[in-house]
Amino acid sequence: MRNIGWLRLPLLVTYVFLYVPLVVVVVMSFNGSKQPFSWGGFSTKWYGVLFEDTAVRQGLINTLIVAVGATVIATALGTLLAIGLSRFTRSALLEAYSLTPAIIPDLALAIGLLVLFSAIGMTLGLHSVLLAHVVFGMAFVAAVVTARLGQNDPSLEEASGDLGANAITTFFKITVPTLLPAIVAGALLVFTLSLDEFVIAFFTDGPATPTLPIVIYSMVRFGVTPEINALAALLLLVSFTVVIAAQRITKLTDAV
Amino acid sequence: MASTVTQGRGAIRRRALGARAAFLGPGLLYVTAFMTIPLLLVLSYAFLTRGRFGGVELPVTLENFARALDPIYLRVLWNSILISSITTLLALLIGYPTAYAITRLPARWRTVALVLVVLPFWTNFLIRTYAWIVLLNSEGPINKTLVNWGLIDSPLELLYTRGAVIVGLLYAYLPLMILPIYASVERLDRSLLEAATNLGASKFRAFFDVTLPLTLPGTMIGAIFVFVPSLGNFIVPELLGGGKTVMIGNLIRDQFLKARDWPFGAVLALIMVLFLAGLFAAQAAVARRINGRSARA
Repeated sequence: MRNIGWLRLPLLVTYVFLYVPLVVVVVMSFNGSKQPFSWGGFSTKWYGVLFEDTAVRQGLINTLIVAVGATVIATALGTLLAIGLSRFTRSALLEAYSLTPAIIPDLALAIGLLVLFSAIGMTLGLHSVLLAHVVFGMAFVAAVVTARLGQNDPSLEEASGDLGANAITTFFKITVPTLLPAIVAGALLVFTLSLDEFVIAFFTDGPATPTLPIVIYSMVRFGVTPEINALAALLLLVSFTVVIAAQRITKLTDAV
Repeated sequence: MASTVTQGRGAIRRRALGARAAFLGPGLLYVTAFMTIPLLLVLSYAFLTRGRFGGVELPVTLENFARALDPIYLRVLWNSILISSITTLLALLIGYPTAYAITRLPARWRTVALVLVVLPFWTNFLIRTYAWIVLLNSEGPINKTLVNWGLIDSPLELLYTRGAVIVGLLYAYLPLMILPIYASVERLDRSLLEAATNLGASKFRAFFDVTLPLTLPGTMIGAIFVFVPSLGNFIVPELLGGGKTVMIGNLIRDQFLKARDWPFGAVLALIMVLFLAGLFAAQAAVARRINGRSARA
C-alpha cells in the first residue's frame, strides 16, 4: 500500500460523519424503553409494533404500486428514446432535452406537474404520482442506455439485416439482448428512485393514498419515536442490500 | 426503371421516418407533455393574478415580481443562498481531500471506498434527515456525551438552529461533491505532474499549479451538485430548522400548498431556476476555458 499519510484524516472524518448517525439510529431501534433517549434493555418489540402499523403497510403498498408501474413505463419509453437518439439522430440538443427531467430541481418539476394536473382538472392520486415519476425515470433510463449504446458494435445489427432479418426481428433479437444489462440497470435505478421519492409525490399525490415517504414525513415531523427508529433501520437494511447487490451485478456483467 | 428506383428510395425514406417517429416520438412527447408544458404553465402563472379560490385569474400583471422584491422575501432568498453556499464550501473542504485520498488508495480498496461514500446516499432522504433529529436532540447522544464528560453543564440547543440545517444539507449531499472530484482527479494526466516536479516545482506548488486548476471543472460540478439541491430544499429547514430557518424552498412550497398563492409561488420558483441556470452557464464557461487551455498545452 502506498503511503497516504495525512490523507487518512479526511477519509476518517468523512466515514465517521457519514456512518455515525445511521449506527445511532439502528442501535436505538433495539431500545426496549418507550422513552427514546433512555436505554431500557435490548428488545425487538418496536419491529413488531411497526408490522402492526396499517398506515405504514398501506404506504408501502402504495409506493410499490407507483414504483413498479413507473419502472415498467419509464424503462420502455427510455429505452426506445435512447435507441432513437443514437440511431436516428445525432442531435445533441434533442439528447439534452430528453435528459433534462433528470437534472431539473425536483421542486420545479413538482409545482409544474401540480399546476398541469389542476389545469386539466385531473384528480390527484397514485395515478398522478405514477405519471410524474415516469418523467424523470425515463430520463435516467435513457441516460444509462445511451451510454451503453455508445460502446455497442453497430455491425451486429447490419449483419442481421444483411442476413435477411427485418427491422423488427433485428430489434428484438440483436438490439435488445445486447442492451439488456443497461436496461436492467436503468430499471433498477428508476425503481429505487421512485421508492424514495418524496418531493414530487408530496405535490402530486392525493390525501387518500399517501406513499411511504409521505407517511414517513408525517411521522418524523412529530419527533423521535422508537417505531421510526425501527422503520429507519429496516429501510437502511433494504437499501444497503440493493446497492451491494447492484454492485455485484454490474461487476458480473462487466466481467462478461 | 428510373421511376421504380426513386419510388424505392421514397419508401425507404418513409420507413426511416416511420422508425424515427416510433423510437423518438413517445419519449419526446412525454417529456414535452409532463415537463415542458408544466414549466411553461408555471412561467405564465407568474404573470397572472391570484384566483379567489386558489388557481389563477386574469388580468396579466407584474405585481407578483414587485412583491418578490419586498425585503422580507429578499432576506429569505439571501438566507437560502448563504446557507447553501456555506454547505457547499464545507462539502468542498471535506470532499476534495476525501476524493483525492480515495484516488491514492490501492485499486481494490478504491471501489470499496466509493461504495461506502454512496451507500448512505441511496437511503431514504427523510430517514437520513431524521437521524440528525436524533443525534442533535437536547437529550440526544451528542448532548449526553458532552454532559457526561463534564464539558457542559446543561444540554446545548443544537437542533432547530441554522447550524443544524447546514449539517443536515451537508450530510445529504456530501457524496455528490466527492464523486465528480474523484472522477476528475482520477482522469488527471500524471505526466503533467511529473513534468512540473522535474522542472523544479515542489509537490505543494505542483498541486496548486497543476492538479487544482485541471480538476476545477469536476470540482465545480460537485459544487453545483451540492448547491442546487440545497437551495431548493424544504425538508431539512423544516425538520432540522424547526420553522425558524425559512429557505426559498419552504416559501415556494407554502405558496403552492398552504397560502394557495400560485402566481407568487411561480415567481419565486422562476427566480430560483434562473439563478441556478446562471450557475450552470458559469460552470460551462469555466470548463470550456480550462479545456481549451489544456488542449493547447
